[in-house]
Amino acid sequence: MPNPLKRPSRPGERSANGAGANGSNGASRGAQGVEAAKEGGGGLVGWVDERSGATGFLTGMMFRKVPKGTNWFYTLGSATLFAFTAQAITGVFLAMYYTPSPTEAYESITHLTNDVWMGEFVRGMHKWGATVMICLIFLHMGRTFFFGAYKYPRELNWVIGVVLLILTLVMGLTGYLLPFDQRSYWATVVANNITATGPVVGPYLADFLRAGPEVGATTIQRFYAIHMLLVPGLIAALIGAHMYLVVKLGTTAPPWLKAERPKNARKKTEVG
Amino acid sequence: MKQSDKEQYLIEYEVLKKKGKPFFPYAVAKDSAMALVVVLVIVVMSLVLGAEQGPKVDPTTTTYVPRPEWYFFFLFELLRVIKPPELVPLATIGIPTICMVLLLLLPFYDRNPERRPQRRPIATTAGILTIIAMAYLTFLGAAAGTPTEIDLEVAAEYEPGKQVAAQSGCLACHKIGENGNDGPGPELTEIGARLPREAIARSLRNPPQGMPNFSGLPAEKFDDLTLFLASLDGE
Ligand code: HEC
Ligand code: HEM
Repeated sequence: MPNPLKRPSRPGERSANGAGANGSNGASRGAQGVEAAKEGGGGLVGWVDERSGATGFLTGMMFRKVPKGTNWFYTLGSATLFAFTAQAITGVFLAMYYTPSPTEAYESITHLTNDVWMGEFVRGMHKWGATVMICLIFLHMGRTFFFGAYKYPRELNWVIGVVLLILTLVMGLTGYLLPFDQRSYWATVVANNITATGPVVGPYLADFLRAGPEVGATTIQRFYAIHMLLVPGLIAALIGAHMYLVVKLGTTAPPWLKAERPKNARKKTEVG
Repeated sequence: MKQSDKEQYLIEYEVLKKKGKPFFPYAVAKDSAMALVVVLVIVVMSLVLGAEQGPKVDPTTTTYVPRPEWYFFFLFELLRVIKPPELVPLATIGIPTICMVLLLLLPFYDRNPERRPQRRPIATTAGILTIIAMAYLTFLGAAAGTPTEIDLEVAAEYEPGKQVAAQSGCLACHKIGENGNDGPGPELTEIGARLPREAIARSLRNPPQGMPNFSGLPAEKFDDLTLFLASLDGE
């Protein structure tokens, strides 16, 4: 009888190096499934786990080993992730008060800044959080560059990272227009003119962004949609892929650490 | 990277990983401490620096110097370093695009298996030079400030136009006398000798690439401005 609870192996399990995760070599699989069916009865956690296998994945992820020598430079990636989360949260609160229209945008920000409880504070967090996130993403990129962490087998994660960098800069650019004060307006005019000088697609892209003969009503709505839906969605999805690869491949050991050759090094090509 | 290098790496990595500590709690503790620092920095910046609102947008009076966020200064400065107009698209689009493509493809052309920074002199030097160049350009951008003053001595009749020029942000891209930035636009100190007044007015109404449109200026200010610029003939 085919075992109904048999499930495909999940990423965390394989990279767990035996530390905590359920063993997942094919032979024990079936039995394990039955076990899950037996144990799964207890409580909400058990219920969710029986249907998702989440604990296996989570223990695998949490108790996976990080290589010897992992130091503070390795916190820069998660710090970037944290800054992005902070931006998402403060951004939601800003969106509750902001109106993306050229006649009301400025006033809605004035209202938010002056009248709303903690309004200026949250706006400040979003504004300076952007600066902090940019700094962190560059530092994190610098770390992976100087540590040679973009080399085999992590090339793909570097490529995803560069796309994340570009998208983060796009966030900075589109967010800058939204307060719709003089600074932001004129900076956007210049940025748009610069885009228009680009070869082939430049003029079309500039037209698309401006969405009209001048930077104005339609531009601000477009930038708003890009800034709070399109790009954050892409960033979140790509961070997911980035994190998946980090867990799957493991983070590098610092480059100056050389492993002494293990005595009877078995040839083992499995990653992670 | 040769197949043997790959295998070698994976074997060594496996050993170093086995000797490591579990992600939880060791790495999680460090990450959390770092997250705390990040949130503290953001909160302190927000409290100390606040979130001031600039003057309301006004497309007609252009009294504002277009200035990007500080993290785009290096791009903006690039425009100033590269002056010849036919090269402007290169600076605005070409160089950033090339840099991004080079960055994206890095793992594909740097196929050296070595990872220690001191054993990768080319990569490490290139990285450090890039950082220095970006820091220098950012510094230049920050030091350029928000220029709204023109120190040129002019006859009284040209004073109003001088004020308009100073307030309209021309100095962000043009040098006039001792003030303003040397690029991306050409120096205007002797513009009157090069262009008649009508041609200057045309440049403002149908601006060349990379310059905002100033046709929205009130007619009187516009006239003052062109009068002032046409008077700058190097005398
Ligand atoms: C955002 C940058 C920017 C701003 C602001 C700006 N310009 Fe320009 N301007 C340029 C660029 C770039 C060129 C040259 C483009 C070319 O040659 O193709 C230019 C060209 C000109 C020219 C033609 C010069 C010539 O030799 O042909 C005049 C005149 C001029 N600008 C006047 C002004 C005045 C007056 C102001 C302020 C009211 C101003 N500009 C503001 C970027 C700017
Ligand atoms: C939104 C932006 C980003 C987030 C949230 C993020 C997050 C992370 C995290 C949490 C790690 C784990 C190891 C560490 O923290 O150092 C990591 C690893 C990595 N990241 Fe990023 N990152 C981002 C952007 C980038 C960028 C811009 C690059 C480079 C162009 C990059 C390249 C890499 C590489 C190569 C690794 C593997 C490092 C290793 O194994 O040692 N990432 N990232």
